Amino acid sequence: MYAQALNVAEKAHADDPELRARFQHRVDAEEKIEPNDWMPEGYRRTLVRQISQHAHSEIVGMLPEGNWITRAPSLKRKAALLAKVQDEGGHGLYLYSAAETLGVSREELVEQLLTGKAKYSSIFNYPTPSWADMGMIGWLVDGAAIMNQIPLCRCSYGPYARAMIRICKEESFHQRQGYEIVMTLAKGSPAQKKMAQDSLNRWWWPALMMFGPSDRDSQHSDQNMAWKIKRFSNDDLRQKFIDATVPQGHFLGLTFPDPDLRLNAVTGHWEHGPIDWSEFNRVVRGEGPCNRERLKARQKAHDEGAWVREAALAHAEKRAARKAAAKIAAE
Amino acid sequence: METPLFTYTLRLADNALVLGHRLSEWCGHGPMLEEDLALANMALDLIGQARNLYTHAGSVEGKGRSEDDLAYLRDCPDWRNILLVERPRGDFAFTILRQFLYAAFMHPYFERLAASKDETLAAIAAKAVKEMAYHVRHAGEWVIRLGDGTEESAARLREALEDLWPFTGEMFEMDSVEQALVDAGIAVDPAVIRPIWDETIAHVFGEALLTCPRDGWMQTGGRRGEHSEHLGHLLSDLQFMQRTYPGATW
Repeated sequence: MYAQALNVAEKAHADDPELRARFQHRVDAEEKIEPNDWMPEGYRRTLVRQISQHAHSEIVGMLPEGNWITRAPSLKRKAALLAKVQDEGGHGLYLYSAAETLGVSREELVEQLLTGKAKYSSIFNYPTPSWADMGMIGWLVDGAAIMNQIPLCRCSYGPYARAMIRICKEESFHQRQGYEIVMTLAKGSPAQKKMAQDSLNRWWWPALMMFGPSDRDSQHSDQNMAWKIKRFSNDDLRQKFIDATVPQGHFLGLTFPDPDLRLNAVTGHWEHGPIDWSEFNRVVRGEGPCNRERLKARQKAHDEGAWVREAALAHAEKRAARKAAAKIAAE
Repeated sequence: METPLFTYTLRLADNALVLGHRLSEWCGHGPMLEEDLALANMALDLIGQARNLYTHAGSVEGKGRSEDDLAYLRDCPDWRNILLVERPRGDFAFTILRQFLYAAFMHPYFERLAASKDETLAAIAAKAVKEMAYHVRHAGEWVIRLGDGTEESAARLREALEDLWPFTGEMFEMDSVEQALVDAGIAVDPAVIRPIWDETIAHVFGEALLTCPRDGWMQTGGRRGEHSEHLGHLLSDLQFMQRTYPGATW
């Protein structure tokens, strides 16, 4: 109801040039836009799409790591992994709440995920066959996510920016924890080193793809830059990630699966070989190793939880009715 | 030959780890996001308790076994947990009812163990009391919601109770190992917990419109190392890495 009322009010002013100009002025002045402020419909839509995709990524992202909770190799690792996956769920929760401030409900958003209408980060469509993947996801996937997300702490939309501050703190802890897992393997037995190298071979390219298509091919960039939803280009962030990560990998004695990877002594940047965007597009399209499995796991949890959610609702209604009846009886 | 204190500490540790492991199986698959997080919280509490208890058991034993040696390198007959906690996770009604039945016992138990003459056990118990108080509250609220929710939830809860009840008796068992420790002021006599547990159960079941089954034949054996078929499968998951890569550091 509330969302509908907002949308009606919105449409009446959607193209008001004066409101648009005032809005842009506030964004340019680095003021935060808050839920009850006027905003262009496109800004609202873009944010709902981006925040909900981010929330879905956190939730689907619980699955590949959840795969190792029962098999973690020590009690310390088991507790840390469980706490980490729980954090991802917590991030999903703040992000759904941030999206809800824009007038959509969590139920609608979950529906969009389950019907395939909404996307989530493609990286979670890759499998985690080995323990080393728990380290690699922390080091590379969370590392790449942080590069993308730190600028979002300054996003023009207040609730999103504030959620991202908390998320980034936790993600950087996860990233260090992941690197430490990889380091332990790299310093371990030959079998452990092999496990780490094999995992790096599988995750390196998908991690680079997390920054999205090259700026030359990215659809949303310019408008999102003007709205300060996005602050750096995909290629710039990717370069930053590579420059930070390659020396960390070399320090561990690992080899990156890119024969063209070399340090450009003039620019100081690590240059990489061509990214196979056909693979990226394939996985986004649904043809990755785990796309169907991931969505089915979410659908199964949703379906199997339906009776629990119904019971909670029915019980709350019964309580409210009993309370109301008791009040009438007392009067 | 195991000393009574070692066996006793191991029983407490094994209960906590096995139940924590079962709860952790829900992570990412809960009926709603908030509950996914709550189940993980309770799992983390139990795994944390287990870690402290294993470390203590290892030092009591004095053979240099670490928490991981105890958790990852024992086969079924050496596990000392009650059978209740090794039952597969079942549906949400089963999981949450088991959590309630266990926590309603362990909360008053740890309250008393916090006064143990064994200082380490007392310290572990003092921390665990607060955790178990939350488990009783959280799981108890869910038992009420499910029991007084929809027809389906009430039916599932009744089914879970039928399944779980025969496994509750083992919590109150006493043997010579523990009797000596009770006499020495180290362990807690479970008979003392019985009336408190009965009262907590009666209160929550009353609100959940759930009838307590009559006490009949009870399952037994876990504390002596006689386990169900399920523990071996749990251990094959839990211990996979340590068994496949013996001696490695993780």
